Formats: sequence, C-alpha cells, structure tokens
Amino acid sequence: MLKLPIYLDNSATTPADPRVVDTMVPYFYEHFGNAASRSHPFGWEAEDAVDQARERIGKLIGATDKEIIITSGATEADNLAIKGVYDMYSRKGNHIVTVTTEHKAVLDTCKHLEKQGAQITYLKTDAEGNIDLNELETVVTDKTIMVAVMYANNEIGTIAPIRQIADIAHKKGALMFSDATQAAGKISIDVDRDGIDLMAFTAHKMYGPKGVGALYVRRKNPRVKVTAQMDGGGHERGMRSGTLNVPGIVGFGKAAELAMMEMEIDAARLSVMRDRLENELCKIEESYVNGNRRSRLPHITNISFKYVEGEGLMMAFNQNIAVSSGSACTSASLEPSYVLKALGLGDDLAHSSIRFSLGRFTTDEQIQYTIDHVTKAVNKLRDMSPLWEMFKQGIDLNSIEWAEH
Amino acid sequence: MAYSKKVLEHYENPQNVGTLDSKKNEVGTGLVGAPECGDVMRLQIEVDPATQKIVDAKFKTFGCGSAIASSSVATEWLKGKTIDEALTIDNMDIVEELALPPVKIHCSVLAEDAIKAAIQDYRKKNNMPELQLEEKIVH
Repeated sequence: MLKLPIYLDNSATTPADPRVVDTMVPYFYEHFGNAASRSHPFGWEAEDAVDQARERIGKLIGATDKEIIITSGATEADNLAIKGVYDMYSRKGNHIVTVTTEHKAVLDTCKHLEKQGAQITYLKTDAEGNIDLNELETVVTDKTIMVAVMYANNEIGTIAPIRQIADIAHKKGALMFSDATQAAGKISIDVDRDGIDLMAFTAHKMYGPKGVGALYVRRKNPRVKVTAQMDGGGHERGMRSGTLNVPGIVGFGKAAELAMMEMEIDAARLSVMRDRLENELCKIEESYVNGNRRSRLPHITNISFKYVEGEGLMMAFNQNIAVSSGSACTSASLEPSYVLKALGLGDDLAHSSIRFSLGRFTTDEQIQYTIDHVTKAVNKLRDMSPLWEMFKQGIDLNSIEWAEH
Repeated sequence: MAYSKKVLEHYENPQNVGTLDSKKNEVGTGLVGAPECGDVMRLQIEVDPATQKIVDAKFKTFGCGSAIASSSVATEWLKGKTIDEALTIDNMDIVEELALPPVKIHCSVLAEDAIKAAIQDYRKKNNMPELQLEEKIVH
C-alpha cells in the first residue's frame, strides 16, 4: 500500500536513517559525557566517539580527522569559512569571488563583509548554471583571498567543475572554498583530487540528524587557518568554541559511513527514478527542465510547467506530495527564485517551476503516483489559466501590455 | 503556509471557470496582473443591456491558490448585481470571505481590479462614460 504523503523534498532535508538514530541513542543516555571532560570515563567515552565520528566524516571527503571542524550546520560552516578567511588573510587582500547562484548563507555572508570593506565579485552563470572559467580567470587577482563556488546547486543540481575552478584560484594564491551541502554523501568528493581548501557540509542532507555540520579546513599544502567567529573554550582547535554535540556528531559519523558505502548504489537507483519522473513529466506540453542535464546530482530535477504558477500548482497535490516551488507569491516578495532568475529564465518560467528531490527511501510506486498526480494537476491548472488559453490561440504573450503591479 | 478552508474549497471546486465571447457587446473583459509577477487574472461579465444586470461571469487565473479562490468568489458575487452595484465590491470583503492572510491580500486587490476593468471595458464598448477609478494600494 502506498503511504501518503510522499516526500520528494530531500534537498531541503532528509529523514534520518534508522541506523543513524540507533548509533546516536546511547550518547543521550549512558554515554552522555562532555567530550571536553578529560578527567573521567564519561568524558573519555564521549571523546572517543567524537574522534571515531570525525574520522568517518573526514573519510567521506578524503580528509583526515584533524581537518574536520564541527559546526551547527552548513550555514555556520559557510559563515566561518568566509568570515574566518577574510579576517585571517587580510594581509594578502580583501577580494572574494563567488557566484550569483550560491546559497544565501554564502551570498549574505559576502554582503556582510562588503559592508566591512571586502570586495566581492559575483560571477553570473549561463542558462544551465555553469560559470565561465575564462571570466573567472580574468577576475581572480593577487588580492583575491578566496574563490567560493558551491559543489552542486541546491535548486537545479548542477555540479561545478571544482578542480578547474580551484586551479584558477590557486594560480593567484587564493583559497578554494566550496559549499558542498547538497553534494556531500551524494556524489564522490575528494578534497585532494578536487583541490578544495575549505568545504562546508551538513548531516541532515545525508540521512543524519539536524543541527550538526562541518567545515573542512586543509592542514597541508597549504595549511589553512580561519579566525574563530565565536569566543569561548577554544574547542575545535580554536576555530569553533562550544561544547560538542556528541550524539549529533556520532550520528553524522554514521551517516557519513553509510553514505560512503551506499553512495554508488543510491545514486544509480535514484538517477534511474529521477530520469523516469523527468521524462514522463516532460511529456506534458510546454514543460522544461532547468539546469545542466549532463553534469548534475543524481536525485534532483527542476521542471518549469509553462503557463501555470508553481505555488498554485503545488496546492493541487501538496497534501500528498511534498516538493518545493521556485515561486514565492507573497506580498513581501513577488520575486521568484533568484537562482532560476540568475539562469536567465524569464520570470514566467521561474514562477512555474517545481523542484523534485528524491532520496534513499523513495520508491518506484511513489514516482508513479507523482507522475500521475502532477500531470493531472498541470492539466487542471492550465484549464484555468488565461495564459494557456492565449498560448493555444497563438497569441504572443510578449505582445500584451501587462499591468505590472 | 496552510490555506483556509474557504480557499481550499474554491480551489478544489472553482466556480465559473471559463471564457465568454469577448467580441460581443454585452461582454466586458478585464485582464489584470502580469506573468512576471506570478498572477494574471482574466474576469469577464455578460450584462443584460436592458437592466444593466450581470447575467453571467467567468474567470481564468494564472496564480496561486488564493488568487484562484479570489477570482472564483468574485465571479460568484457578480452574478445578479447591476454593474453599478458590482463596483461596490471591495477587496477587503474578499479577504474576509476567504480569510486571506496579509501576504495574500494582493490576490484580493487583483480581483477587485479585474472586476473594475471588466466593467470599464463593458462601458467603453457600449459608449457609456468611463469610470474614474482611483488607484488601489500598491501591491
């Protein structure tokens, strides 16, 4: 029996894997100690557990345990990386290069630094979400301290050529930082192979618990340092103070270990299901896939159904199918997704987009249900859409003088 | 955001979806909003020239559930009213009827604008003096 509602919003968060939760539970009860308590077995047990988890987290991305700074999540890791490097490397320069399609945790941190005198270059992307490497080469200078490019985009799944970007950064002595929140645990990442100096990621997008993430900080070639953004007990090699969230870290470690073992199988299975969903939904007239279809995460598809509005469309099935929309129809912001707009999508297509993100627990049956019900909803909404009627009558919507409000 | 029961009802079973012949003199058409803003509402009325009563009303809307529900309510209310009475429909009546949250008030404003635009169109077609409409709040 198909159980409703169906969860296809795994890019927002994933359910914790039961195997992860099982490893966490003892660290709430019998092994509740503070990992910083050096004077008794409670502390030693907690510290051992954290050490083991840290090693697993590091292994997932080809790093050593000493290079993993535990944070409360990817947003904190993004902040620590960018602000921490800005403070630490002020003698080299004040220039950071990033991209308009980055997550707000990166963009808003950059904007914050701009107010303090940082110079930020925001690279634009092409229609598929790719940056122009030649342009990158021209904007990186000796004053550039960091190039910040996400490993894979959260809305469209496009994967960036991180190694090539890192090479360009390194030529000018800039550090390569990547927000790998969506990519970590989903596709193979190796910080040495990829040339990454700092990387942010989080547990709850890889079937781990919420509230725990990590910043990878390279220790060798070069040795990277970040200035702590929070004062306190000097935990995490002085880069991030605060009592360690031991159960969370243990869960993160287990999630990383499972991801490492099951990533390939998961990715193969998910991309088959994703492609089926995408192909079937693209049989609907005037539907378009957003992003780069050649280089992207295996579990995401972002589709625009032209002439229907995303939020209105979602309402037809969101009691039963959980997805997210690029449309934001609120008076505070009539703006659709800034990521889709940055791809050069017209506002009409951006308003019409839905992101489907699959996960470890997605089934074929759920995909079939989604195909059927989304197709039905698009047709229902189009029957109600004046734009669809005009399109069918051959009226060019651009020829109409809209009363913009 | 959770929708109110009334919005859900109108969304599930929208009243008066359709198209009237915009070429007919008895039909007034109002097309408001813009695709870029994520809302376009087309509201049409058919008026009995003898009584000036609205005998039929239809809509098609591109927008969120609240926009669709607002159009549905508006067309329901229009039927049976004279075109002068119809002008008294205020967007806040729709807000109240559908229990729209503040972020969705612009949907009701759009519906009011669509009503006025449809009446205006009918008046123009039938050589009646144009209405002097005051601008609603910016939304």
